Amino acid sequence: MWRLNPSPDRELLPCGDSAFLVELPELTAVVAYYRGLTRAGTSAGVSAPEGIIDVVPAARTVLVTFDSEKIRPSEVRDWLQSAEPAYDVAASGREVTIEVSYGGPDLAETAQFLGMGEADVVKLHSNSEWTAAFSGFAPGFVYLVTTHERLRVPRRNTPRTAVPVGSVGLAGEFSGVYPRSSPGGWQLIGTTTAALWDASKAEPALIRPGDLVRFVEA
Amino acid sequence: MGIVVVNPGPLTLVEDLGRQGWASLGLSPSGALDRQSLRLANLLVGNPAEAAGLETLLGGLRLRFVTASTIAVAGAEGIVTLDGAEIPLNQAVRVAPGAVLDFGSPLFGLRYYLAVQGGIDVPTLLGSSSTDMLSGEGPAPLTSGGQLGIGRASAGNGPSSGARTGAGTGAGAGAGTRGKAHVLPAIRRAPDPGRAITARVDRGPRADWFDLDSWRRLVSQEWTLSPDSNRIGARLVGRPLTQTRLEELPSEGMVLGALQVPPSGLPTVFLADHPVTGGYPVIAVVRRTDLDLLGQARSGQRIRFLG
Repeated sequence: MWRLNPSPDRELLPCGDSAFLVELPELTAVVAYYRGLTRAGTSAGVSAPEGIIDVVPAARTVLVTFDSEKIRPSEVRDWLQSAEPAYDVAASGREVTIEVSYGGPDLAETAQFLGMGEADVVKLHSNSEWTAAFSGFAPGFVYLVTTHERLRVPRRNTPRTAVPVGSVGLAGEFSGVYPRSSPGGWQLIGTTTAALWDASKAEPALIRPGDLVRFVEA
Repeated sequence: MGIVVVNPGPLTLVEDLGRQGWASLGLSPSGALDRQSLRLANLLVGNPAEAAGLETLLGGLRLRFVTASTIAVAGAEGIVTLDGAEIPLNQAVRVAPGAVLDFGSPLFGLRYYLAVQGGIDVPTLLGSSSTDMLSGEGPAPLTSGGQLGIGRASAGNGPSSGARTGAGTGAGAGAGTRGKAHVLPAIRRAPDPGRAITARVDRGPRADWFDLDSWRRLVSQEWTLSPDSNRIGARLVGRPLTQTRLEELPSEGMVLGALQVPPSGLPTVFLADHPVTGGYPVIAVVRRTDLDLLGQARSGQRIRFLG
């Protein structure tokens, strides 16, 4: 169908009878589109029409599932086609501040790899503005991205069998905080006592996709 | 405390209809694999359809009721006894204090659902009491000597007046809940392990990552359910599908029922406790209403996809 306002930046892929997978060119577009769909960047439903169940951002895509007894696929398609991406972070996301005790087991190695001092890694990590891009791996684990590439490090060659809860790590373009003890291959540069996941709360996740995250030295 | 777990059998979990809408936080929907059977069991005892019940795999579960209750068993079909006497399935049954309920090996299907009037009383997480085997959230699997409370969930219909006392032959029981608030779902027979089950599929987002013959192979052959299937996924064995686009797929959101195809070419159907994202292409998606059948399929069962 010919459209007045085509959206060349997004492609809607079929995903069974009650979901669409929206493919976007890169991660920044995913975050902006996700914020546009959910507006406040909290759980699905803030600006979503009745019948939308989940809006799930990932690295290049946003998955949208719906209840086909409450909303027609064509209505969902129209909503997804017409949604405006929200690039303005401040206006659309919550801000979460996390206190970190820097000095994790991989801080020295990370500094060495990046060719800077340990204090510079700490400064750069805590002075950068991080955006929560998407969840995965475990409930409450969120992949955080920032605007520069100066903290890019590879994963550890040998993953740890048990990364302690609250570990703050770096891997590739991402930073993240382990919400529970689990195996993991990220470079650990600090720890936090903040509860990333508290199942007894109405909003169990401290960080949700779309949020702005700042780390401060404890 | 209402119920003592004498023996949990191979795996018994508290499940309701799950917690939808939290995939963006990394949490699967979870809930009963055979939703229609849990719904039926609940409605038979006058509970809301979404009350928490027990999902028990194969036979072996043994419970002792400390307090008098009304129960219903649905889903798998086998011999279930109360103090040694067989009880009818798919209808409400009165249980006297001290009575012992035993689940025999199912002859058809895999998972029994037990509803207790008032619901199983366990703490909820995001509105659901379901156990999620992937994330470990929700109540732990039942263990011997454990105790379960009975809640006060009610469909607002009053108690089920059609309940029978003890074992019986079954005519007319369960009639008390029919009427005002809920229409009982039709009883769907659990699948015969010796016959193929059929599940409808729709196109998935990465169907074009496979060669032209793969879709035909997907829907024309009989697949076999692998023994390493669980609540996370039903793993299938058969003639592999062939992926033609070989670049790495960045992780993307996965729906319930997604047929994800790893490099082996053998698909896994994502069930209730599935990971919310995955990095293998999804060729097709099983219709939600047909997933109940997959939850009752046994290891070795033949499966056909209609699409």
